[in-house]
Amino acid sequence: MKDFAALFTRVDETTKTTVKVAALADYLRTAPDDDKLWTVALFSGRRPKRLITAARLREWAAERAALPLWLFEESYGIVGDLAETIALILPDPSTTSDHSLSYWIAELARLSTLDDDARKAGILAAWDSLPTTQRFLFTKLLTGGFRIGVSQKLMTRALAQATGQDEAELTHKLMGNWTPQTTTWHTLIEAHDPTADLSRPYPFYLAYGLEDLNTLGPASDWSAEWKWDGIRGQFILRAGEHHLWSRGEDLMTDRFPELAQLRDYLPDGTVIDAEVLAFRNESPLSFNALQSRIGRKTVPKKLLVESPVVLMAYDLLEDAGQDIRSQPFADRRARLAQIVAAAPDAAPLRLSPAVAFDDWDSLAALRETSRDRHAEGFMLKRLNSPYLAGRKKGDWWKWKIDPLTIDAVMIYAQAGSGRRANLFTDYTFAVWNGNDLIPFTKAYSGLTDAEFRQITAWVRKNTLQKFGPVRQVKPQHVFELAFEGIQASPRHKSGVALRFPRMLRWRHDKPVAEANSLDDLNALLDQYG
Amino acid sequence: MADVLTFTDRGIYCPAGDFYIDPWRPVDRALITHGHADHSRWGMRRYLATESAAPVIRHRLGDIALDTIRYGETRRIGGAIVSFHPAGHVPGSAQIRVEVAGQVWVASGDYKTTADGLSEPFEPVRCHAFITECTFGLPVFKWTEEATLKRQMNDWWAANAAAGRTSILGAYALGKAQRLLTSVDASIGPILTHGAVENTNAVLRAQRIALPDTIRVTPDTKIADHPGALVLATPSALGGTWARRFGASSSAFASGWMALRGVRRRRAGDRGFVVSDHADWDGLNDAIKQTGATRIFTTHGYTNAFQKWLSSEGYDAHVVSTEYEGEQLDDSDDTLVDDA
Repeated sequence: MKDFAALFTRVDETTKTTVKVAALADYLRTAPDDDKLWTVALFSGRRPKRLITAARLREWAAERAALPLWLFEESYGIVGDLAETIALILPDPSTTSDHSLSYWIAELARLSTLDDDARKAGILAAWDSLPTTQRFLFTKLLTGGFRIGVSQKLMTRALAQATGQDEAELTHKLMGNWTPQTTTWHTLIEAHDPTADLSRPYPFYLAYGLEDLNTLGPASDWSAEWKWDGIRGQFILRAGEHHLWSRGEDLMTDRFPELAQLRDYLPDGTVIDAEVLAFRNESPLSFNALQSRIGRKTVPKKLLVESPVVLMAYDLLEDAGQDIRSQPFADRRARLAQIVAAAPDAAPLRLSPAVAFDDWDSLAALRETSRDRHAEGFMLKRLNSPYLAGRKKGDWWKWKIDPLTIDAVMIYAQAGSGRRANLFTDYTFAVWNGNDLIPFTKAYSGLTDAEFRQITAWVRKNTLQKFGPVRQVKPQHVFELAFEGIQASPRHKSGVALRFPRMLRWRHDKPVAEANSLDDLNALLDQYG
Repeated sequence: MADVLTFTDRGIYCPAGDFYIDPWRPVDRALITHGHADHSRWGMRRYLATESAAPVIRHRLGDIALDTIRYGETRRIGGAIVSFHPAGHVPGSAQIRVEVAGQVWVASGDYKTTADGLSEPFEPVRCHAFITECTFGLPVFKWTEEATLKRQMNDWWAANAAAGRTSILGAYALGKAQRLLTSVDASIGPILTHGAVENTNAVLRAQRIALPDTIRVTPDTKIADHPGALVLATPSALGGTWARRFGASSSAFASGWMALRGVRRRRAGDRGFVVSDHADWDGLNDAIKQTGATRIFTTHGYTNAFQKWLSSEGYDAHVVSTEYEGEQLDDSDDTLVDDA
């Protein structure tokens, strides 16, 4: 654990990517195989199963520190990270230990088989033998979400340096639902058998937002499709089994049982990149319909009827068991069209239609109709482009429509946590209803650090009332808020709920009286809700 | 019995002596705990502060009617007896003891209970009521021991010097910067200072406080002339155009807030050293215990949580609203030195 803590410290003490990668590569060259495997697992989002509830950990830590639980919670609210709060709040260790990362993970698994008292004794003993950083990391293993400033991409780059293997090849090897319990360092990294795991997805190709249409060259080099407002998914059919992966590498096969019938209609050895879309009568439903299905492991019949989904297919990655990602997009798509056409109309599978256009101007005009089609704009893909891994510039672009906007008044402010501890970053906004300000949304993002600092200083001096951590402030500042959608919501006082609201601009130029009204919001609701 | 001190919208007020402590609006007579901008403001008709706090206050506020007092010296003001006692926060900082008809109240301003080798060490004062800050009044705040802190800073500086990088350390111009100056190992390399830091250095040196040699950074400063240098900068100069002149560099920030990983990362410097002019959790609790006071007033920081904690510990604790700010992470403190 000492070496792993040293790695963490090196990574945490720098903002420079090259230094982080070098530290990781050093570790991946020298650590024991089991520790390396766990390190790769942790930095690719695979954490040990959560064996002890966060509630128990809080109780034990507070008890060990001889502090009331509410004070622990108060501290946690400021620190923003449970493992860090525990590491900071406990008294200094009274003993020492020198065990490896994989030892501690095995120890956690062992503790999970014991009764509550024995677990508690085991955890307290561990806490009492680890210095702060190791204690933090050990507790991180217990609390999930192992995000400590190393992305999977950085880790993969370091792994490529340490093993001399190709980065793209490694990216593919690390996909899928392996865990350190189901594989070994040798099988996962060193062996060369990419078909070993039939469910393994290809890395997703992700697009950047379009910066400048004029850089794209002739329109005839490009294909345009509607950018659907669903969930990106990769559908795999191999050896008679199907799998549906999300972009975040979640296996969501069971959440969309209606897609199982595609096994009967698609040839074996097919991998399709698609949007999972709520869809009825040949038309997409709003994202809200799909939202009701996200996060549900099992789907009640009623929901299957109310919000049926289709696979809106836009790319073919594997054909007859062959990886065809290096073929031009136009060829992949032609083959995809054949496969989709061979399936019956009743199958939950559609080909994302190519939008015909002669020049960029006509496409720009069409783009204005996106919202009416429940689309977010266009996806532009170069006809001769291969299917790349990860977010890359050049061949694929998102060309999204502008968000909806409204000018609103900030009325409450709350301090953030973690990175934003002691800065007021979370605001509640209101619009006018006659002479009253009606709160209708919160927003947290979109301003620069400098602006957050400025507002923080202002909030301190302009607080009218405190409600616990929330401060009511003088209604003085107007912000332009952007959002992606609006729907009626009886649970909100304003009667509306926004989708992905954020701050676009601080309207220094706008007096409070000129902020928008509830009528303006309702007009947007009528038009787009 | 009437309270010795009361809390008004101008500041902490003593009715028996008709004076204010660290007021934030103009008053006739102000007793000042220390020279930081949120405690010592412009516009009072008469000021009273310790002898060692006076030079900085004069430097900041200019030609003011400032009377001075020695630590421990008692003085009668109206019906009150007042005395100033070391607060350990910055050089010259004081807790102000006010006694009226046998009742003793102490307004502590900002304080730190551990010795830092520069400020006059904190001295507990027995009292009936104690007015306390709680900038870091949560149990997650525990300061790094002085010896460890010195080693961390010196190792960082030496490693940078060996790698040909300039070390830029951000800290407040009054107090923190000088404390760091006396903590680091000056044999590692030359020490350069931002103008705001150097102005305070000059004031403190004039009152015979020993500081290592420093070189003021001017528009003509060439970093090539100072290989392996440590640059002491104000927090706001860190990461800005001012800092760019130093070429290859590593930046660090010294603050109590650096105890939190999230805040450390937000500052986006390379390193964060946990060092504060304020008391940590244990420091606050020890200080309060040592006063023997039963009534406690929390003025700034995590006031609500700390008040609730003190109440659960059996104190008669209250939150009062003031305009003191404690250790800020992001607000520039350059106003501290007007000609910075």
